[in-house]
Order: sequence, then structure tokens, then C-alpha cells
Amino acid sequence: MAVNPPPPPETKINPNDPQVVAEKIKTVFADAVESASAQGIVVKSDKLLDVTRYLRDKLSFDYLNNVTSVDYPDRFEVVYQVSSMDRGGAPLTLKVNAARENPTVPSLVPVYRGADFQEREVYDLMGIQFPGHPNLHRILLWDGFEGYPLRKDYKEPYYEEEKKPFGTRWDQGHHVIAEDRNPWHDNVKYPANFDAMSYKPTQEIYPTLGLAEATSTRLRTDKIVVNIGPQHPSTHGVARLKVTLDGETIVAVEPVLGYLHRNHDKIGERNTYLQNIPYTDRLDYFTSMSNNFTYVIGVEKLMGIKPPERAEYIRVIMAELTRWQSHAVAVGFLYNDLGAFYTPLLYGLEERELILDLFEAVSGSRMMCNYMRFGGLARDVPEDFLGKVQYLVDERLPKRTDELEAYLIKNELFLARAKKVGVLPRDLAISYSTAGPVLRGSGVKYDVRRAEPYSIYDRFDFDIPTGTTGDLYDRTIVRIAEMRESLRILKQALKDVPAGEIMTGKKNYQIRVPKGEVYGRAENPKGELGFFLNSDGSPNPYRYHVRSPSFINMGALNEMAVGHKIADLIVIFGSLDVVMGEVDR
Amino acid sequence: MVEEQKPIQVAASEDAWLDEQVRRSVWVGPLNKVVDFVDLIYNWGRRNSVWPLGFGLACCAIEFICTQSSRFDMSRFGMELVRASPRQADLMIVSGTVTKKMGPAIVRLYNQMAEPKYVLAMGACASAGGPFKEGYNVVSGVDKLLPVDVYVPGCPPTPQALLNGLIQLQKKIDKQSIRDVAWYRKGAQEGVPEPVLGPDLFDARRVEEITELAADPAKLEARAIKIVKETKGEKK
Amino acid sequence: MAFGLGLLNGLRYTFTRIAKTYIGDLRHLGRSHDPKEFARRQSVRGDGIFTAQYPEERVPVPENFRFVPFLVYEPKLDESGKPLVDAKTGKEVIGVERCTACGICSKVCPPQCIWIVRGTTPEGRPKPQAAEFYIDIDICMNCGYCAEFCPFDAIKMDHDYELADYERHTSHVYDVKKLLKSTTYYSKIHPQDWAREEADRKAKEAAKAKKPA
Repeated sequence: MAVNPPPPPETKINPNDPQVVAEKIKTVFADAVESASAQGIVVKSDKLLDVTRYLRDKLSFDYLNNVTSVDYPDRFEVVYQVSSMDRGGAPLTLKVNAARENPTVPSLVPVYRGADFQEREVYDLMGIQFPGHPNLHRILLWDGFEGYPLRKDYKEPYYEEEKKPFGTRWDQGHHVIAEDRNPWHDNVKYPANFDAMSYKPTQEIYPTLGLAEATSTRLRTDKIVVNIGPQHPSTHGVARLKVTLDGETIVAVEPVLGYLHRNHDKIGERNTYLQNIPYTDRLDYFTSMSNNFTYVIGVEKLMGIKPPERAEYIRVIMAELTRWQSHAVAVGFLYNDLGAFYTPLLYGLEERELILDLFEAVSGSRMMCNYMRFGGLARDVPEDFLGKVQYLVDERLPKRTDELEAYLIKNELFLARAKKVGVLPRDLAISYSTAGPVLRGSGVKYDVRRAEPYSIYDRFDFDIPTGTTGDLYDRTIVRIAEMRESLRILKQALKDVPAGEIMTGKKNYQIRVPKGEVYGRAENPKGELGFFLNSDGSPNPYRYHVRSPSFINMGALNEMAVGHKIADLIVIFGSLDVVMGEVDR
Repeated sequence: MVEEQKPIQVAASEDAWLDEQVRRSVWVGPLNKVVDFVDLIYNWGRRNSVWPLGFGLACCAIEFICTQSSRFDMSRFGMELVRASPRQADLMIVSGTVTKKMGPAIVRLYNQMAEPKYVLAMGACASAGGPFKEGYNVVSGVDKLLPVDVYVPGCPPTPQALLNGLIQLQKKIDKQSIRDVAWYRKGAQEGVPEPVLGPDLFDARRVEEITELAADPAKLEARAIKIVKETKGEKK
Repeated sequence: MAFGLGLLNGLRYTFTRIAKTYIGDLRHLGRSHDPKEFARRQSVRGDGIFTAQYPEERVPVPENFRFVPFLVYEPKLDESGKPLVDAKTGKEVIGVERCTACGICSKVCPPQCIWIVRGTTPEGRPKPQAAEFYIDIDICMNCGYCAEFCPFDAIKMDHDYELADYERHTSHVYDVKKLLKSTTYYSKIHPQDWAREEADRKAKEAAKAKKPA
């Protein structure tokens, strides 16, 4: 399952290879490893914390990429992907089995802090308990919700059939609206003997102002819990932050998520592989080309096919244009949060409109591009496309990048508000599994395009900008520098676009994906986007999970915001650059 | 299901149309024409300064932002002033998928908006659930919770499609008259009760029905339409 | 550096921008709204005011644009080769419906928003024509898969985006009558695709004619 051709085994040992690592673990913990194969290492659940501590401290696997769970008929399985910041390379897969009745797996939060939100999500959607987790509540659904949706035996209210395509659409497809098929005439289902008249919700959904204990010794003051969101001008969508304040200083921030949870994983399991591509558009809706790209290369890894050269170059051009406009929007919205109401944002959006015009001419839609297919692209680009991109890259985009930077770098107001605000030190950035500009702003020189090159990124010459202190200023400077690096890659790619085919094989709507498991990842503008796909040979995935960079980056918000004022919280949240479609999926 | 605001409440009588005309004409008598003129100015002022609520849920919100940006300027219609507070807003553009967790918040915002208020369902998700309709956390359309004035289909609707929807809203406002708008009547608008997040989202107006059905599975079964699929004589 | 110069530097861009829009107006005095100037303003080489004043000025949609799908039919032609138009409805008379109710579009649609009932001949055998064909545009995600994978070029993506309405229950489920649009319309909105498909069809027919009977 290696992406690159495997090195000759006698001369080079891959330190990330599961079997090599398993041997090393066995020397220290004799009975911790149940089995090891190219798919990953199966670790016994009671030894999980010891093994992961050993991996993190001695073998420098210090970064937890992904925590997923799979529901097999006889057991549950929790799958972890860990990787090394210094070495790079493909991540190492660890698996832990859990029983079907009362599944429990020890929590990895003491070892990797980034496991916090992800384990809560596994608990929420799959029902696996994590003893040792500091705050095991549902994260995407609300506390009173009944059922664990991602289990295979959970049938949602509008359930029709196990897998698409549904038999009721053809050829006796009499139109029935979904409301009529459901006995409650709505997308709901209640347990038997549910007494709605006397139901009192146990959890507080919307605390207004709560008071926490006073701890200040000078004046007797109380701490207030203030609710920001889910409708708020600066929360970048429907995010809710429960902020505990002592005066105006922040003591704790707890994000409450799930207001846009659109059941991407569950719908993804019902869809076929091809039908999932338009749904990936709607994850991080600014970067739909990149999302398509990441998903398609993940499935191509499983299928073992490679697209032709022209398709590769065009994919890279689309991905880098997306990166430019996503960062322009991120910086623009940061200005909004800082108070420069709308003007710099409008200037950034103008270039974005031109790029979206190009996307519309190529794929048919400004935002939901749905352009990549397995083995290539949906259709070829129009003749004037490359000329227009050349003009943009040579003339307009560098000027706009310089302009956006000029608003920032010497602006005294920005420097006063951004320097030393929202600091995330380097070791915490790695521990919280942050990715993208948040990670690089803290000084970690890690980019998936260099660590595990995909597509044709190993042919291009580009730098990886990093910050030094991990404050707001560094993250923004990193984003602007990445915009310049994108333009560099675009210039190189545009020079070499070959003529030729854009698709390997014929256009086919019946995709055969062999049995296997893959974690396909790519460097999205927001961070490392990953797709965990488990295929059982059928046209629909058995397990489909999205490793979402915005979701995991939000785990670091508390760390960054404590000690600052509320006005700073808004800007720190803006510098994280989260998109709620990706956070809640 | 909540009905949308109807401009005229016509009583069911024998000659309802005649009654209505008499009511309209006799109520204002010879001042009818003056009221028409007042309507003209009243509606002209209202339609050219509809202030949207800053309320973006999902991908459609980005097209909303693009509509507000310099290319498809919404301020040409007077709608540039996006208010964060519902007390100051006239129009709630529900842009994006309405999830069950967000349901109580949306209804609460709608109740906090002052009359006259309008709701525009932007996109397929807000109209009827969209491509995510089959999800367990998705409300099939915001009109399950609130009365909607204009629906704009698309996934996402392009900024020009949204502007078309806003123009339709302006035309709707033009047709209203102070004689029969709901906010000048006694006791007309009491607000929509907030749904409750229980084992699943439920509407506070349907509690008796839900309790009754949850206790009687046979009755529940009878309410669903069964799909009958005939393939070569087999029934499913 | 004196305090505040950074701010002024930023403001310089804003004021230059404002000035440029007026200069742009003066340069193209009176011609700002004609179509060629509008197209230039909206292109990558544009400058000046970027606004497109909908509904008087519409940004044209490209050929690949996808909104809701529609079914294609070939109109009946009169002797001179022009399509016959029904006087009552103003629509072109249906000659051949291209859709054979094969069901591929319905199978490949990601949110499953297409319902098809195959027609039957009077003897009861299946007929390659759709008796019922529904698309619920409130579920459709405008992905274009139906048009991409249709083997008969029978379903294509429409360009009409002005579909806002006051209610949805009766008007957002499209049946066959509402979906059928003629190839005249299709060739107008997708000229290059139409030219390519016609060329392919003629080439196929020529190849078939060449084969010995």
C-alpha cells in the first residue's frame, strides 16, 4: 500500500514501517502487540498508553494525525494514525479492538492532547467509551440524543435502504416525498413510550449568564460564563463558544460544536465512491477543488491507478489557485475581526471572484466544483483558461498579495493587537495535532506536500514558510507567505502543462474499488485533510471518515485564548481560520 | 406545519368576496385612495431598506457574502446594512442547512425579530433539506419551523439567483397594504414556540400527538406510506 | 518611523482605488454599460468599477454552468426543416424524446433526487420511454452527474437560475412536461457541446451507412 515505490529492502529500512516499529515495541513491551502487518499494528488495549508513550518519546512519533472507529460485525476497532514531525513519511497506523458490548478503549489524551475532540466524536457517533478522558460528552450531537448514529444497525428516520442507488428510484420510481414515508411525517424518530408532554431537557442548551466560583483574593469577584454564538457576526459560521471570564480576562473557552453537523460520514457510507465527490465539495466550502483532490487521491491509492500527466498538472493548478483564494479570504476575514470593517475583505474577494469565474468556466459551478474524478478530471479546460491563469498569476495576484501584506506588516494597530497574542508554543502545537498555518506559525516546518509528496508536488520548487513564536502575527505572515509560494508553484506548473488525455480509462459510473484500507491525506489550505477509507470490495465504502483540520485546530483554542481579553478571543478565533462545514461535517 | 403569512384573512361566509370588498371600502370610505397612496410610500420605504440579519449557516452564506461584495452589490437594493442583532433586522436569510441542534436558536432569533419581518430560504438545504435531507441531524427545510416568504433554489444559488430572490421579495412587499398586514392587527403574531431537543427534536405544539403515537406502535405503523415495488410481479 | 505611517500606507491603497474608479469612469465615459465594456470590466483584465448591476446587467454564465437538469427532445420539423411550433402553448412540438428511461441518471445521482417509471407498450412490455420522470429540485445538488453519465445525451444541465418563488410544495418537483425542452434551446445554451455531439452522431451514422447491410 505504499504511495512511492518501496525502497530496496536490503539497503534502507523505513522507520515508519509498521512491522519494523512492531519489532521495536516488542523488545520493550513483550506482549503489547497482538499482530502487525502492512496495514498497521494491532495493540492490546490495556497496553495502549504505554506503547504510545514509548512511540512518542523514544521513536519520535509525536503527532497524532487521526482517530477513527470502525464497526465490524464482531467487534469495534479504534484506528489511530501517528506520524513523526521530523522524519515525515507515511503515518503509522495503530489499531485497538474493543468488545461489542460496552466497548471501552483507554483515552489517549494524557499522551496526545489532540485526541480530545476526536475521542469525543468517536464516543458521540459510535458509542465507544474512553475512560481517562477529561470531558467525555457528546460533541456533535446534543446530550439527550438517543442512539449512536454511525453504528451499522442505526437506521436514521428517513432510512430507505442500506446502500445507494436505491431501488425505489428506478424503474418503478413513483415519487414519494420522504416526509410521507416516515410515520412521524418529519425527519424524526422517538423511542417507544416517549412522554413528550413531561419531558424536561437535562442539559442546558443555552446558558445565558452563569456565575462560577470567585477565586480572586483582592476583590470578591465572580467569574461569568458568557455565551458567544451560534449566531454572531464574527464566529465564521455557527460556532458557539462558552467563555468563562474574570472581569474581561478569559479564564476558559469551551467550544460547543455540531450546529452544522450534516452527517457526512453516515451519508458517505450509503453513497458509492463516485457519489461522494460532490459531498466532499461541501466540507470546507471555500476549497472544494482541494477537497475533491484529497478524496480522489485517497481512492486512487486504493484502486492503484494514476492519472495522466496533463490531469496532474491541471489538478495542481486548481489546488494552488484554491490555496491562494482561501488564504486571501482568511486574511480578509481576519481584518474584519480586527475591525477594519469590510474594505480589505472586499479587495481580497475581488480577485477571488475572478478565480471563481475560472472555476465556473471549467467545472460548472463557482464553489461546488465536483471536477476531479478517479483517474483524472471530469472534462478538459477551455482554450482560454491557461492564458487567463497566466495573466492572473503574472499580473494581478502578486499585486493583490503585496497589497494585503502592506495593510498588515507595518500597520501599528495590527502589530499592537497581533504580536504576542494567541501564542501557541511549538510543543503544544504538535501535541494538539494542529495542522496547516497554525502548526507552521508555531515554528514546525511540516507540510504534507514535502513530508509525503502526493501527485506531482515533488517536481516543484517551493519553500515552507514558518513563524517563530506562534502568535497571531506569525500565523498571518505564514498565510501571506504561502500565498506567494502558491504563485511560485503556479508559475512553474503553467510552464509545463502537457497536451494529452485527462482521464485514465473510460468514463464509467460503476467504480470498482478493491478491498483494503487507506488514509489518504493532502495539504489543504486549512491544514492536513485526510480521508480514512475502508473498502470491502463493494461499490460503497464500508467506513468513510474525514479527518478535518479545522475541527482539530479548534482544540487548541483554549490554550491560545486563556489570559487574553474577549476582544482578542475574536481575533484569535479568526486566525485559526476554521470553516464550520469542515468542523461539523 | 406553519402557514405562511396570508395578506388577507377572509372569513368563510356566503359571499365572502363581497364581504371583503365591503369591509375594505367601507372601513376607509372615501379615504380609500389616500390609503393607497400611503401604501405606496410605506411600501417604497420598506422595500428599499430591508436589512438582513447577519446569519450565515453554511456554504450558501458564502454566496450571500459574495452577493454583498463589490461585484453583485446588495447595497444597490438598500440591503447592505447587515445587522448582527435580530432586534434591528428585517429579513432573515436562512442560508445553509438547518440542523436540529440549531433549530431552537433559529426560532429564538425569529421571535426576537421585530415586525415587519421576512424569511428567505436560500438554497436547497433551507428549502427542503437539500442533499443532506436523509441525515439524522437535518431538519427538512426551515419552513418546518418558521413561515417562509421566498424560496430560492440552487445548491448554492449563484449571487444573481439570490438577487432575483430578493427582487421577488421586494415585489411581495409592494403588494402588501396597511389595511391587512398582520402587525397592525390585535394579537396577530405571538411568536413561534421553540422546539425542544429531546431524544430527537420535537415541536412544542405537537407534544400530545407525539406522546400518543409513541405509546401506540400500531397506529404509528399505519401512518407511513409503504413503498410497493413491483419487479416482475413481486411485491416488496 | 513615525507612529501612524504604517496606517497611512494602508490607507493609500484605499484612496488610490477610489480614485481609479472615477478615472475609469471618465476614460470610458458613456460607454460603461455597453456589453463590450461590461465584458472587459468583468474579465481578468478589467479595472474600474467591478460591479455588475443585476438585473439590468447580467454576468453571462459559461457553457459548462450547472443548475437544475432538463430533458432534451428533438422537435418535429416541417418540410423546410424548421421546428413546428404549437400555436396554443408556444412550445415546439415534440418529435422524439431522447430519454429511454434507462435509469443511469437516477442511479448515479448522489442525493437520489430522480424518480423514473418506465413506460409500457399496450401489450405490457417495457417501452424505452419514461412514463413518469420526477426531479425534486430541492434535493438536487446541481452536481451534473446525470448529464455527465447519460449515454443518450438526453438529460443536460440548464442555465436558468432565476427560479425564486413564494412556495415550494407544488412547484419544486418537476415532472416530465416541465423538464422537456427542445434541442433548439439546448443548442443555444450549450453551443460547443451541441456541435461536438452532432459531429459525433453524424460520424457514427456515416460509419454505419458505410458498413455493408
